Amino acid sequence: MTGRIAELLRALGARIINNWVWRLGFAFRFLWFTLKESGASFRRFHLTIREIYFTGVLSLIIILVSGLFVGMVLALQGYDTLVRFGSSEVLGVLVSLSLVRELGPVVAGLLFASRAGSAITAEIGLMKATEQLAAMEMMAVDPIARVVAPRFWAGVISMPLLAALFSAMGVFGGYLVGVQLIGVDEGSFWSQMQAAVDFREDVLNGVIKSLVFGVAVAWIAVYEGYDAAPTAEGVSGATTRTVVTSSLAILALDVVLTALMFRGT
Amino acid sequence: MMTRKELDLWVGIFAVIGIGAMLFLSLKVANLASFSAGDTYQIQAKFDNIGSLKVRAPVKSAGVVVGRVSEIHFDNESFEAVVTLNVDGRFKFPKDSSAKIMTAGLLGEQYIGVSPGGDSVNLKGGDTLKLTQSAVVLENLIGQFLYNKAAEGDGKK
Repeated sequence: MTGRIAELLRALGARIINNWVWRLGFAFRFLWFTLKESGASFRRFHLTIREIYFTGVLSLIIILVSGLFVGMVLALQGYDTLVRFGSSEVLGVLVSLSLVRELGPVVAGLLFASRAGSAITAEIGLMKATEQLAAMEMMAVDPIARVVAPRFWAGVISMPLLAALFSAMGVFGGYLVGVQLIGVDEGSFWSQMQAAVDFREDVLNGVIKSLVFGVAVAWIAVYEGYDAAPTAEGVSGATTRTVVTSSLAILALDVVLTALMFRGT
Repeated sequence: MMTRKELDLWVGIFAVIGIGAMLFLSLKVANLASFSAGDTYQIQAKFDNIGSLKVRAPVKSAGVVVGRVSEIHFDNESFEAVVTLNVDGRFKFPKDSSAKIMTAGLLGEQYIGVSPGGDSVNLKGGDTLKLTQSAVVLENLIGQFLYNKAAEGDGKK
Protein backbone atom coordinates (compact mmCIF):
# COMPACT_ATOMS: atom_id res chain seq x y z
CA MET A 1 0.00 0.00 0.00
CA THR A 2 2.67 2.49 1.04
CA GLY A 3 4.66 1.44 -2.01
CA ARG A 4 1.73 2.37 -4.23
CA ILE A 5 1.36 5.79 -2.58
CA ALA A 6 5.07 6.45 -2.93
CA GLU A 7 4.81 5.44 -6.57
CA LEU A 8 1.95 7.85 -7.12
CA LEU A 9 3.76 10.68 -5.35
CA ARG A 10 6.87 10.03 -7.39
CA ALA A 11 4.89 10.13 -10.63
CA LEU A 12 3.19 13.36 -9.54
CA GLY A 13 6.49 14.95 -8.59
CA ALA A 14 8.08 13.94 -11.87
CA ARG A 15 5.14 15.38 -13.76
CA ILE A 16 5.36 18.68 -11.91
CA ILE A 17 9.12 18.93 -12.34
CA ASN A 18 9.10 17.94 -16.01
CA ASN A 19 5.97 19.77 -17.13
CA TRP A 20 6.10 22.85 -14.96
CA VAL A 21 9.33 23.71 -13.24
CA TRP A 22 11.62 22.69 -16.06
CA ARG A 23 9.48 24.39 -18.69
CA LEU A 24 9.17 27.54 -16.59
CA GLY A 25 12.92 27.75 -16.17
CA PHE A 26 13.46 27.22 -19.88
CA ALA A 27 10.80 29.86 -20.61
CA PHE A 28 12.72 32.42 -18.56
CA ARG A 29 16.02 31.49 -20.23
CA PHE A 30 14.27 31.77 -23.59
CA LEU A 31 12.93 35.24 -22.70
CA TRP A 32 16.45 36.31 -21.75
CA PHE A 33 17.80 35.09 -25.12
CA THR A 34 14.97 36.85 -26.93
CA LEU A 35 15.72 40.15 -25.19
CA LYS A 36 19.45 39.71 -25.79
CA GLU A 37 18.95 39.15 -29.51
CA SER A 38 16.44 41.99 -29.80
CA GLY A 39 19.15 44.51 -30.67
CA ALA A 40 20.13 42.43 -33.69
CA SER A 41 16.51 42.18 -34.83
CA PHE A 42 15.88 45.92 -34.35
CA ARG A 43 18.65 46.67 -36.81
CA ARG A 44 16.44 44.98 -39.40
CA PHE A 45 13.25 46.61 -38.19
CA HIS A 46 11.24 45.75 -41.30
CA LEU A 47 11.03 42.21 -39.93
CA THR A 48 9.21 43.53 -36.87
CA ILE A 49 7.03 45.80 -39.04
CA ARG A 50 6.02 42.74 -41.06
CA GLU A 51 5.02 40.91 -37.89
CA ILE A 52 3.13 43.95 -36.58
CA TYR A 53 1.13 43.72 -39.78
CA PHE A 54 0.25 40.08 -39.14
CA THR A 55 -0.43 40.36 -35.42
CA GLY A 56 -1.75 43.91 -35.11
CA VAL A 57 -3.28 45.08 -38.36
CA LEU A 58 -4.99 41.77 -39.12
CA SER A 59 -6.47 41.70 -35.58
CA LEU A 60 -8.05 45.12 -36.08
CA ILE A 61 -11.40 43.93 -37.39
CA ILE A 62 -12.11 41.49 -34.56
CA ILE A 63 -10.92 44.02 -31.92
CA LEU A 64 -12.93 46.93 -33.30
CA VAL A 65 -16.13 44.96 -33.83
CA SER A 66 -16.04 43.24 -30.44
CA GLY A 67 -15.17 46.53 -28.73
CA LEU A 68 -18.23 48.11 -30.27
CA PHE A 69 -20.48 45.24 -29.19
CA VAL A 70 -19.06 45.08 -25.65
CA GLY A 71 -19.64 48.82 -25.24
CA MET A 72 -23.20 48.47 -26.50
CA VAL A 73 -23.97 45.60 -24.14
CA LEU A 74 -22.46 47.52 -21.21
CA ALA A 75 -24.68 50.49 -22.00
CA LEU A 76 -27.81 48.36 -22.28
CA GLN A 77 -27.15 46.39 -19.10
CA GLY A 78 -25.87 49.38 -17.16
CA TYR A 79 -28.86 51.50 -18.07
CA ASP A 80 -31.21 48.78 -16.93
CA THR A 81 -29.70 48.82 -13.43
CA LEU A 82 -28.90 52.52 -13.13
CA VAL A 83 -32.38 53.68 -14.10
CA ARG A 84 -33.77 51.90 -11.03
CA PHE A 85 -31.75 54.26 -8.85
CA GLY A 86 -32.61 57.25 -10.99
CA SER A 87 -29.02 57.84 -11.95
CA SER A 88 -28.97 56.95 -15.63
CA GLU A 89 -26.75 59.96 -16.37
CA VAL A 90 -23.73 58.16 -14.86
CA LEU A 91 -24.00 55.59 -17.66
CA GLY A 92 -20.98 57.19 -19.34
CA VAL A 93 -18.93 56.69 -16.18
CA LEU A 94 -19.92 53.05 -15.91
CA VAL A 95 -19.15 52.28 -19.54
CA SER A 96 -15.87 54.18 -19.71
CA LEU A 97 -14.45 53.06 -16.37
CA SER A 98 -15.23 49.40 -16.92
CA LEU A 99 -13.71 49.55 -20.39
CA VAL A 100 -10.61 51.60 -19.66
CA ARG A 101 -9.74 49.84 -16.42
CA GLU A 102 -10.72 46.24 -17.06
CA LEU A 103 -12.53 45.12 -20.15
CA GLY A 104 -10.36 46.95 -22.68
CA PRO A 105 -7.05 45.38 -21.68
CA VAL A 106 -8.49 42.00 -20.63
CA VAL A 107 -10.89 41.24 -23.47
CA ALA A 108 -8.52 42.69 -26.07
CA GLY A 109 -5.79 40.53 -24.52
CA LEU A 110 -7.93 37.39 -24.69
CA LEU A 111 -8.88 38.09 -28.30
CA PHE A 112 -5.28 38.89 -29.11
CA ALA A 113 -4.12 35.62 -27.55
CA SER A 114 -6.56 33.55 -29.59
CA ARG A 115 -6.25 35.54 -32.80
CA ALA A 116 -2.54 36.40 -32.96
CA GLY A 117 -0.86 34.32 -30.24
CA SER A 118 -2.09 31.04 -31.66
CA ALA A 119 -0.95 32.08 -35.14
CA ILE A 120 2.55 32.92 -33.86
CA THR A 121 2.82 29.56 -32.09
CA ALA A 122 1.57 27.62 -35.09
CA GLU A 123 3.96 29.43 -37.42
CA ILE A 124 7.07 28.94 -35.28
CA GLY A 125 6.02 25.37 -34.45
CA LEU A 126 5.63 24.50 -38.12
CA MET A 127 8.96 26.15 -38.93
CA LYS A 128 10.48 23.87 -36.34
CA ALA A 129 8.61 20.79 -37.57
CA THR A 130 9.73 21.42 -41.15
CA GLU A 131 13.28 22.04 -39.91
CA GLN A 132 13.42 25.60 -41.16
CA LEU A 133 14.82 26.74 -37.83
CA ALA A 134 17.56 24.11 -38.03
CA ALA A 135 18.30 25.21 -41.60
CA MET A 136 18.73 28.79 -40.42
CA GLU A 137 21.19 27.70 -37.79
CA MET A 138 23.10 25.81 -40.50
CA MET A 139 23.36 29.09 -42.42
CA ALA A 140 24.62 30.84 -39.27
CA VAL A 141 21.37 32.82 -38.98
CA ASP A 142 20.20 32.96 -35.39
CA PRO A 143 16.54 31.83 -35.46
CA ILE A 144 15.87 33.73 -32.23
CA ALA A 145 16.98 37.02 -33.75
CA ARG A 146 15.44 36.31 -37.16
CA VAL A 147 12.15 34.61 -36.20
CA VAL A 148 11.39 34.86 -32.50
CA ALA A 149 12.37 38.41 -31.47
CA PRO A 150 10.43 40.24 -34.23
CA ARG A 151 7.28 38.30 -33.35
CA PHE A 152 7.76 38.96 -29.66
CA TRP A 153 8.19 42.69 -30.12
CA ALA A 154 5.34 42.89 -32.61
CA GLY A 155 3.05 41.45 -29.94
CA VAL A 156 4.37 43.82 -27.27
CA ILE A 157 3.90 46.85 -29.55
CA SER A 158 0.50 45.86 -30.96
CA MET A 159 -1.24 44.95 -27.73
CA PRO A 160 -1.49 48.44 -26.07
CA LEU A 161 -2.67 49.94 -29.36
CA LEU A 162 -5.31 47.25 -29.79
CA ALA A 163 -6.49 47.62 -26.18
CA ALA A 164 -6.80 51.40 -26.58
CA LEU A 165 -8.76 50.89 -29.80
CA PHE A 166 -10.99 48.38 -28.05
CA SER A 167 -11.75 50.83 -25.22
CA ALA A 168 -12.30 53.76 -27.56
CA MET A 169 -14.61 51.67 -29.72
CA GLY A 170 -16.46 50.47 -26.60
CA VAL A 171 -17.00 54.02 -25.38
CA PHE A 172 -18.31 54.87 -28.83
CA GLY A 173 -20.64 51.85 -28.73
CA GLY A 174 -21.86 52.89 -25.29
CA TYR A 175 -22.48 56.39 -26.64
CA LEU A 176 -24.43 54.99 -29.60
CA VAL A 177 -26.71 52.86 -27.43
CA GLY A 178 -26.89 55.14 -24.39
CA VAL A 179 -27.33 58.51 -26.04
CA GLN A 180 -28.63 57.80 -29.52
CA LEU A 181 -30.83 54.79 -28.82
CA ILE A 182 -31.99 55.08 -25.19
CA GLY A 183 -31.81 58.84 -24.97
CA VAL A 184 -29.55 59.57 -21.99
CA ASP A 185 -28.66 63.26 -22.01
CA GLU A 186 -25.57 63.70 -24.16
CA GLY A 187 -24.06 66.52 -22.09
CA SER A 188 -24.19 64.64 -18.80
CA PHE A 189 -23.03 61.42 -20.47
CA TRP A 190 -19.74 63.05 -21.45
CA SER A 191 -19.29 65.48 -18.56
CA GLN A 192 -19.89 62.86 -15.86
CA MET A 193 -17.46 60.59 -17.68
CA GLN A 194 -14.83 63.31 -17.89
CA ALA A 195 -15.26 64.17 -14.23
CA ALA A 196 -14.89 60.56 -13.10
CA VAL A 197 -12.15 59.18 -15.35
CA ASP A 198 -8.66 60.21 -14.35
CA PHE A 199 -5.78 60.18 -16.80
CA ARG A 200 -3.07 58.73 -14.60
CA GLU A 201 -5.24 56.54 -12.39
CA ASP A 202 -7.45 55.02 -15.07
CA VAL A 203 -6.18 55.57 -18.60
CA LEU A 204 -2.47 55.16 -17.89
CA ASN A 205 -3.03 52.14 -15.64
CA GLY A 206 -5.10 50.58 -18.42
CA VAL A 207 -2.26 51.11 -20.87
CA ILE A 208 0.23 49.59 -18.40
CA LYS A 209 -2.07 46.59 -18.00
CA SER A 210 -2.32 46.06 -21.74
CA LEU A 211 1.46 46.36 -22.08
CA VAL A 212 1.96 43.68 -19.42
CA PHE A 213 -0.60 41.43 -21.12
CA GLY A 214 1.15 42.03 -24.44
CA VAL A 215 4.48 40.88 -23.01
CA ALA A 216 2.83 37.82 -21.41
CA VAL A 217 0.93 36.74 -24.53
CA ALA A 218 3.84 37.33 -26.91
CA TRP A 219 6.25 35.54 -24.60
CA ILE A 220 3.99 32.51 -24.15
CA ALA A 221 3.24 32.36 -27.89
CA VAL A 222 6.86 32.41 -29.08
CA TYR A 223 7.95 30.06 -26.31
CA GLU A 224 5.25 27.47 -26.99
CA GLY A 225 6.05 27.61 -30.69
CA TYR A 226 9.77 27.21 -30.12
CA ASP A 227 9.26 24.43 -27.59
CA ALA A 228 6.66 22.53 -29.65
CA ALA A 229 7.33 18.90 -30.46
CA PRO A 230 8.27 18.88 -34.18
CA THR A 231 5.22 16.90 -35.25
CA ALA A 232 1.75 17.82 -36.47
CA GLU A 233 0.39 16.71 -33.11
CA GLY A 234 2.99 18.71 -31.23
CA VAL A 235 2.15 21.90 -33.12
CA SER A 236 -1.56 21.52 -32.50
CA GLY A 237 -0.92 20.84 -28.81
CA ALA A 238 1.35 23.88 -28.56
CA THR A 239 -1.26 26.11 -30.20
CA THR A 240 -3.90 24.95 -27.73
CA ARG A 241 -1.52 25.47 -24.83
CA THR A 242 -0.77 29.01 -26.01
CA VAL A 243 -4.42 30.00 -25.93
CA VAL A 244 -5.11 28.31 -22.59
CA THR A 245 -1.95 29.46 -20.82
CA SER A 246 -2.08 33.03 -22.06
CA SER A 247 -5.78 33.39 -21.19
CA LEU A 248 -5.05 32.16 -17.68
CA ALA A 249 -1.97 34.38 -17.45
CA ILE A 250 -3.97 37.43 -18.53
CA LEU A 251 -6.67 36.84 -15.93
CA ALA A 252 -4.20 36.04 -13.14
CA LEU A 253 -2.01 39.06 -13.96
CA ASP A 254 -5.15 41.17 -14.06
CA VAL A 255 -5.97 40.25 -10.48
CA VAL A 256 -2.45 41.13 -9.34
CA LEU A 257 -2.30 44.39 -11.29
CA THR A 258 -5.77 45.47 -10.21
CA ALA A 259 -4.89 44.79 -6.58
CA LEU A 260 -1.76 46.91 -6.97
CA MET A 261 -3.34 49.75 -8.94
CA PHE A 262 -6.83 50.27 -7.55
CA ARG A 263 -6.79 49.94 -3.83
CA GLY A 264 -9.57 52.44 -3.31
CA THR A 265 -7.57 55.17 -1.62
CA MET B 1 2.69 38.68 -51.16
CA MET B 2 2.62 42.31 -50.18
CA THR B 3 5.48 44.61 -50.94
CA ARG B 4 7.40 46.17 -48.10
CA LYS B 5 5.92 49.57 -48.94
CA GLU B 6 2.34 48.34 -48.57
CA LEU B 7 3.19 46.67 -45.26
CA ASP B 8 4.73 49.89 -43.96
CA LEU B 9 1.62 51.81 -44.98
CA TRP B 10 -0.74 49.43 -43.16
CA VAL B 11 1.39 49.31 -40.04
CA GLY B 12 1.61 53.11 -40.15
CA ILE B 13 -2.16 53.40 -40.36
CA PHE B 14 -2.50 50.93 -37.49
CA ALA B 15 -0.07 52.91 -35.30
CA VAL B 16 -1.79 56.20 -36.13
CA ILE B 17 -5.30 55.00 -35.25
CA GLY B 18 -3.99 53.18 -32.16
CA ILE B 19 -2.31 56.34 -30.87
CA GLY B 20 -5.43 58.25 -31.92
CA ALA B 21 -7.51 55.96 -29.70
CA MET B 22 -5.14 56.60 -26.78
CA LEU B 23 -5.46 60.35 -27.37
CA PHE B 24 -9.23 60.00 -27.52
CA LEU B 25 -9.20 58.17 -24.18
CA SER B 26 -6.91 60.77 -22.58
CA LEU B 27 -8.53 63.90 -23.96
CA LYS B 28 -12.19 63.11 -24.51
CA VAL B 29 -12.78 60.43 -21.86
CA ALA B 30 -10.39 61.54 -19.10
CA ASN B 31 -10.52 65.22 -20.11
CA LEU B 32 -6.83 65.77 -19.59
CA ALA B 33 -6.71 69.05 -21.49
CA SER B 34 -9.16 71.04 -19.38
CA PHE B 35 -7.31 70.63 -16.12
CA SER B 36 -3.62 71.13 -16.61
CA ALA B 37 -1.44 70.41 -13.60
CA GLY B 38 0.88 73.27 -14.46
CA ASP B 39 -0.68 76.39 -13.01
CA THR B 40 -2.01 75.34 -9.65
CA TYR B 41 -1.26 76.54 -6.14
CA GLN B 42 -1.54 74.57 -2.94
CA ILE B 43 -3.41 75.65 0.14
CA GLN B 44 -4.00 73.71 3.31
CA ALA B 45 -7.01 73.33 5.52
CA LYS B 46 -7.30 71.63 8.89
CA PHE B 47 -10.43 69.72 9.78
CA ASP B 48 -11.52 68.03 13.00
CA ASN B 49 -13.12 65.30 10.97
CA ILE B 50 -12.95 64.72 7.23
CA GLY B 51 -15.59 61.98 7.12
CA SER B 52 -14.82 59.88 4.07
CA LEU B 53 -13.13 62.55 1.98
CA LYS B 54 -10.73 61.00 -0.51
CA VAL B 55 -7.62 62.17 -2.30
CA ARG B 56 -8.61 63.54 -5.75
CA ALA B 57 -12.00 64.64 -4.46
CA PRO B 58 -13.12 67.86 -6.15
CA VAL B 59 -12.77 71.30 -4.57
CA LYS B 60 -15.77 73.38 -5.52
CA SER B 61 -16.75 76.96 -5.11
CA ALA B 62 -20.30 77.96 -5.95
CA GLY B 63 -20.66 74.46 -7.40
CA VAL B 64 -17.86 74.87 -9.93
CA VAL B 65 -14.82 72.60 -9.69
CA VAL B 66 -11.82 74.83 -8.96
CA GLY B 67 -9.33 72.21 -7.84
CA ARG B 68 -8.69 68.80 -6.34
CA VAL B 69 -7.65 67.38 -3.00
CA SER B 70 -4.03 66.37 -3.45
CA GLU B 71 -3.09 65.00 -0.05
CA ILE B 72 -4.63 64.08 3.29
CA HIS B 73 -2.62 63.39 6.41
CA PHE B 74 -3.04 63.35 10.14
CA ASP B 75 -1.31 66.01 12.21
CA ASN B 76 -0.12 64.43 15.43
CA GLU B 77 0.42 67.81 17.14
CA SER B 78 -3.08 69.20 16.91
CA PHE B 79 -4.82 65.85 16.28
CA GLU B 80 -6.48 67.21 13.19
CA ALA B 81 -6.63 66.11 9.59
CA VAL B 82 -4.56 68.30 7.28
CA VAL B 83 -5.95 68.42 3.76
CA THR B 84 -3.88 69.88 0.95
CA LEU B 85 -5.90 71.41 -1.87
CA ASN B 86 -4.56 71.92 -5.37
CA VAL B 87 -6.40 74.97 -6.65
CA ASP B 88 -6.34 76.02 -10.28
CA GLY B 89 -4.22 79.14 -10.69
CA ARG B 90 -6.98 80.88 -12.64
CA PHE B 91 -9.10 81.15 -9.50
CA LYS B 92 -8.18 83.49 -6.65
CA PHE B 93 -9.89 83.49 -3.26
CA PRO B 94 -9.79 86.07 -0.44
CA LYS B 95 -7.56 85.24 2.50
CA ASP B 96 -10.44 84.73 4.93
CA SER B 97 -12.29 82.19 2.78
CA SER B 98 -13.71 79.17 4.54
CA ALA B 99 -13.70 75.48 3.60
CA LYS B 100 -16.48 73.08 4.31
CA ILE B 101 -16.73 69.35 3.68
CA MET B 102 -19.97 68.66 1.89
CA THR B 103 -21.69 65.66 0.38
CA ALA B 104 -23.07 65.54 -3.13
CA GLY B 105 -26.60 64.26 -2.73
CA LEU B 106 -27.67 62.04 0.14
CA LEU B 107 -25.14 59.26 -0.36
CA GLY B 108 -22.87 60.84 -2.93
CA GLU B 109 -19.15 61.49 -2.81
CA GLN B 110 -17.73 64.10 -0.46
CA TYR B 111 -16.10 67.26 -1.72
CA ILE B 112 -14.71 70.48 -0.29
CA GLY B 113 -16.78 73.60 -0.73
CA VAL B 114 -14.87 76.88 -0.58
CA SER B 115 -16.91 79.95 0.39
CA PRO B 116 -15.10 83.19 -0.40
CA GLY B 117 -14.62 85.75 2.37
CA GLY B 118 -14.32 89.50 2.16
CA ASP B 119 -10.61 90.13 2.61
CA SER B 120 -8.88 92.24 -0.02
CA VAL B 121 -5.73 90.06 0.08
CA ASN B 122 -5.91 86.83 -1.89
CA LEU B 123 -4.74 83.38 -0.81
CA LYS B 124 -1.40 82.30 -2.20
CA GLY B 125 0.44 78.97 -2.33
CA GLY B 126 1.26 77.54 1.10
CA ASP B 127 -1.45 79.42 2.97
CA THR B 128 -3.77 77.71 5.44
CA LEU B 129 -7.49 78.24 5.56
CA LYS B 130 -8.45 79.36 9.07
CA LEU B 131 -12.19 78.76 8.95
CA THR B 132 -13.20 75.17 8.34
CA GLN B 133 -16.24 73.09 8.94
CA SER B 134 -15.94 69.34 9.36
CA ALA B 135 -17.88 66.66 7.60
CA VAL B 136 -21.26 65.79 8.97
CA VAL B 137 -21.06 62.35 10.53
CA LEU B 138 -24.41 60.66 10.52
CA GLU B 139 -23.82 58.83 13.81
CA ASN B 140 -23.04 62.10 15.65
CA LEU B 141 -26.12 63.69 14.15
CA ILE B 142 -28.34 60.84 15.33
CA GLY B 143 -26.68 60.93 18.76
CA GLN B 144 -27.30 64.65 19.04
CA PHE B 145 -30.91 64.22 17.99
CA LEU B 146 -31.54 61.51 20.57
CA TYR B 147 -29.82 63.57 23.26
CA ASN B 148 -31.98 66.59 22.43
CA LYS B 149 -35.12 64.48 22.50
CA ALA B 150 -34.16 63.11 25.90
CA ALA B 151 -33.45 66.61 27.21
CA GLU B 152 -36.86 67.78 25.93
CA GLY B 153 -38.56 64.88 27.70
CA ASP B 154 -36.82 65.78 30.98
CA GLY B 155 -37.91 69.42 30.65
CA LYS B 156 -41.58 68.49 30.26
CA LYS B 157 -41.70 66.32 33.33
